[in-house]
Amino acid sequence: MTADQRKHLAVLAAIWAALLFAPYWMPFFGGYTALGSRVLVLGLGAMSVNFLLGFTGVLSFGHAAWFGLGAYACGLTLKHIALSTPLGLLAGTLVGGVAGALLGALLVRRRGIYFAMVTIAFGQVFYYIAFQWLSLTGGDDGLRGFARQPLDFGLFQIDLLHNDIYFYYFVLFCFAVAVGLMAFILGSPFGRTMIAIRENERRARFLGIPVELHIWIAFALSCFFMAFAGSLYALVNNFADPRMLHYSLSGDFVIMAVMGGMRTFWGPLLGAIVFVVLQDYISSVTVNWMSFIGLLIVLIVLFFPRGFLGMLRPRRTA
Amino acid sequence: MSALEVEHLTKRFGSLVAVHDISLTVEPGELRAVIGPNGAGKTTLFNLVSGFFAPSAGSILFDGADITGVPAHRRVGLGMARTFQITEIFPELTVFENIRIVAEVAAGYRLRPWLNRSEKAELRGRIDETLALAALSGKADRVVGELAHGDQRVAEIAMALALKPNLLLLDEPTAGMGDQETYEITQLIRRLHKAGKLTIILIEHDMRVVFHLADRITVLDQGRLLAEGTPQEIAANAAVQTAYLGQAA
Repeated sequence: MTADQRKHLAVLAAIWAALLFAPYWMPFFGGYTALGSRVLVLGLGAMSVNFLLGFTGVLSFGHAAWFGLGAYACGLTLKHIALSTPLGLLAGTLVGGVAGALLGALLVRRRGIYFAMVTIAFGQVFYYIAFQWLSLTGGDDGLRGFARQPLDFGLFQIDLLHNDIYFYYFVLFCFAVAVGLMAFILGSPFGRTMIAIRENERRARFLGIPVELHIWIAFALSCFFMAFAGSLYALVNNFADPRMLHYSLSGDFVIMAVMGGMRTFWGPLLGAIVFVVLQDYISSVTVNWMSFIGLLIVLIVLFFPRGFLGMLRPRRTA
Repeated sequence: MSALEVEHLTKRFGSLVAVHDISLTVEPGELRAVIGPNGAGKTTLFNLVSGFFAPSAGSILFDGADITGVPAHRRVGLGMARTFQITEIFPELTVFENIRIVAEVAAGYRLRPWLNRSEKAELRGRIDETLALAALSGKADRVVGELAHGDQRVAEIAMALALKPNLLLLDEPTAGMGDQETYEITQLIRRLHKAGKLTIILIEHDMRVVFHLADRITVLDQGRLLAEGTPQEIAANAAVQTAYLGQAA
């Protein structure tokens, strides 16, 4: 094993240890378990956006659409169809992911700002549908009347609703599965074609990579991850509302990714931690918390253009 | 059967005729140089042959098969590889990673989620072989974007080689290079040509390189085929001298 690999393993072990013991060390810094669950879910969202942005070089400004669709589909499943947490997650992931994959097929020929604009437009369509369709979504009041269900293993049950620590570990498990899958894809020959497209699309095309097809697959995968995160978010809050579809949330995810370092795998999670924790602390002091976040972003873009992790590791791609 | 046959190829951009009724035949294993003043249509010809542009008229036969309508990425699969006038690489990746992407795509693994042990070993062998052929083994772990210009050009040629082409199109491989780098890349092209039974078509401005390497030379001027022949024939050709040096010469 080389020194590089050993360092890599040590960092991975530290990240997972920190996440695994979070419910026990967070209280010393004023954190609480439910906040940890929120950070993980939003971090997964930011990593999903970055799967596309940082590794394929495609900026979506409407990814909240798939996040929100996942949340609504998960909530509606729990409310109307089946009292099962895994089924809700599955339904949310499929609905958001399939919708993203279908609409993504219309997008893959657009590039840069045009791609971003069309993704915003798609996102806003879903936002207004959720806003207006009172009978199904509850409109501006949001979707209520569902709650995460205990995990039933036959012999025993795990109560996710009342025990925050159990729920945190459930979220961590889901996060680990999704993030593991992401890392696996990025390390595969297909993942390397994504990076090739990011690095030099013209070159990639001339190697014989059908660029549109590969961007579409990357986009669709990222939508499924996003919808999975959204479904989890419905469970975190036992609630879904139209703002989960709104482009300002899409922007938050992009900010998390850029702040943390979009060319790095773990950067967006760090970005999400900073974003969510600051939001939590500052918003308890002043309603103008967004101006402080804004100031922080300006400072980061000026002094750490590659984000927190990008500064530590000037170059590493997968 | 010829490696490449171009028949009456024409490309118009609006009223500009960049390539005008050009026909040429390149035999297997030949090293052909394409020369001509700026704007003669050399790169446009490459773009037509490699499928970057569709021709306005005419046809292209590769190994005897008509590929006029075949898209660029499929021509790669048929055994045609090219480099560009402006270096086209994956700048933030290492030399090894650059070659690996090419080798994986060439092996048809681009959509594969994983590779088994023997596939990995075979790929590794192919990458190492390519690196050795291009004399880049010592620089495999360097980030390509940080290499010297000459080494970046060599890395780009190595990427084309990893596609295991039958026909290699090199667009001004020595552009922007000093004497030493030009010499090294000339040696590299000669070595590749000898080692691989590779057909090579080369656009080049440096006449020392052209006359040193080429079996035959094609001269273009203002989109038209001006002359074709061995280096000796071209050197003695009055029309070529006029095109290059002007009427008074």
